[in-house]
Amino acid sequence: MSRIGQTFAALKAQNRKALIPFITAGDPGRGLTVPLMHALVEAGANIIELGVPFSDPMADGPVIQRASERALANKIGLKDVLAMTAEFRKINTTTPVVLMGYANPVERMGYETFAQAAKAAGVDGVLTVDIPPEESIGVSDVFKAAGLDPIFLLSPTTPESRVERVAAAAGGFIYYVSLKGVTGSANLDMDEVARKIAIIRRHCDLPVGVGFGIRDAATAEAVARIADAVVVGSRIVNEIETSPESEVVSRVKTLVQDLRRGVDAASK
Amino acid sequence: MMKLTDFPDSRGHFGPYGGIFVAETLMEALEELRIEYEKARDDPAFIAEFEYELKHYVGRPSPVYHARRLSEQYGGAQIYLKREDLNHTGAHKINNTIGQALLARRMGKKRVIAETGAGQHGVASATVAARYGMECVVYMGAEDVARQSPNVYRMKLLGATVVPVSSGSKTLKDALNEAMRDWVTNVESTFYILGTAAGPHPYPMLVRDFQCVIGREAIVQMQEQAGRQPDCVLACVGGGSNAIGIFYPYLAHPGVKLIGVEAGGSGIATGKHAAPLSAGSPGILHGFRSYLMQDDNGQIIETHSVSAGLDYPGVGPEHSWLKDAHKAEYVAINDDEAMAAFHDLCKFEGIIPALESSHAIAQAKKLAPTMKKDQIILVNLSGRGDKDINTVAKLSGITL
Repeated sequence: MSRIGQTFAALKAQNRKALIPFITAGDPGRGLTVPLMHALVEAGANIIELGVPFSDPMADGPVIQRASERALANKIGLKDVLAMTAEFRKINTTTPVVLMGYANPVERMGYETFAQAAKAAGVDGVLTVDIPPEESIGVSDVFKAAGLDPIFLLSPTTPESRVERVAAAAGGFIYYVSLKGVTGSANLDMDEVARKIAIIRRHCDLPVGVGFGIRDAATAEAVARIADAVVVGSRIVNEIETSPESEVVSRVKTLVQDLRRGVDAASK
Repeated sequence: MMKLTDFPDSRGHFGPYGGIFVAETLMEALEELRIEYEKARDDPAFIAEFEYELKHYVGRPSPVYHARRLSEQYGGAQIYLKREDLNHTGAHKINNTIGQALLARRMGKKRVIAETGAGQHGVASATVAARYGMECVVYMGAEDVARQSPNVYRMKLLGATVVPVSSGSKTLKDALNEAMRDWVTNVESTFYILGTAAGPHPYPMLVRDFQCVIGREAIVQMQEQAGRQPDCVLACVGGGSNAIGIFYPYLAHPGVKLIGVEAGGSGIATGKHAAPLSAGSPGILHGFRSYLMQDDNGQIIETHSVSAGLDYPGVGPEHSWLKDAHKAEYVAINDDEAMAAFHDLCKFEGIIPALESSHAIAQAKKLAPTMKKDQIILVNLSGRGDKDINTVAKLSGITL
């Protein structure tokens, strides 16, 4: 079983839900990413989503766009993100790391080369936002063969007839995008999310994570009641953006601890 | 609609290019669009309305014109111009926006969005939105808003909302990102009128089909006027919609050489250009695989061109395929060469061309002297240059 699978199995045994925070690698500075990753784990993260900066983040709202721009200004490329993961793995060998980004940096490196390098660096899963299952032939198989879980998105606009196809290509967990829109969008309709998750579970045995629109302990708790994992991105990236560099790690840690309390409250 | 190649395949691939590389939220919308378009293109009522609008609203057919003085000046081949600049709104863009607006109406969408570089597609979108009573939002890079102010005002006059985009390089690619973000948010109410033969399937196919009227007319008109088809056809290539519109019907005439002209900016060697087919490599951007301008990390490189409409780091996927299959050839023309050609056409023919189209004229200037006097070059004059007079004046050191 993959490290992601083990993580979900262990949480399930404890009747707990996963917290998956997102940060963009290289934001706000090259040297802060690995300390931030450790701080996320200390604060209660079960899986880390590490954003690979891209010049044209089409599916992201302004908060994560700016994070990508800051990281690119720090000259962070895919190779650097892999190096950061390897650095993180020197200390932490248990917390799964999922790389999240866009197709082109991976395409440029080559899917096979990337898969081998990512596995060697200690990456567990890969979510390329703009490679849907239809275009993932020769991609998700290569990832799976290398021992990487290909993570795919489902959205409110995904018809039920498509869920099975997406699930067939997917590994690790399903990332349900809870809102139509870009990252950082506003309010969630929990009943609607619950209804969609029920549909997903009919066609898919993988754990279901929910992202988009989770900004505090209360929304984290509400999502944790209906999903297997709570993904939080823009809220954390916003904290990074608004904190003085010397306080970034401690403030992110405090925020994620709060989100953890929310997630755990759902299990009580 | 005519079918001359097997491309794209059912999933939008032109060989290794094209496809659908978008986030999950848009997959269903693209599928609905594909299904609706495939119905519409076989629906005689849809085609009849499209053709009616092209004739009575756009003013088609646009003429083919023998540019005798320019031909004499350049010495060598006879130069003919396909006058897309004479269309309503001043460029070929309207052919496509009418087709897509009719599709939007069929699909019951009351809100349309568009991206624009030079503003021509934005104007053409605002125009059809007014014509069919739809709300229209146009995304435009902040830098382009500044350098194409007449078109910005034109869009506003037509009732559109123009949203300046200040992310990234503040040009066309960023406007496209922002339009996609709008679409992903408002996918159920909104039709995205994509301006060029690029983006995820089915856009490259349907934009090509709507623009093919250019080539279809030209084939008839060349026969009437010159008694034969040209030796070569030139068109500028940014995203590549005017080029594919004239090239595609000519694929049935293998004796006709097709040459796409990219923006060479300050020169290919300087790296400051917008010529992915001439100096880029394949990659994935904006929902499709094609030649791109990118660095070793797969980040998209900022482009440079005097012409806002060509200032784009990618190119429609069918052009990538035509290049690899050696069915068309692609070259680059620098800013200064395009500017010289712009002035040539003003001076010798009394036609103010768009800076985009001036790139194709500049290639004719290079090519004509290498050809015989009884040979023919057909240039797709894709747009008129009224929108560019501020840019040209500024480059000439003149304050208007």
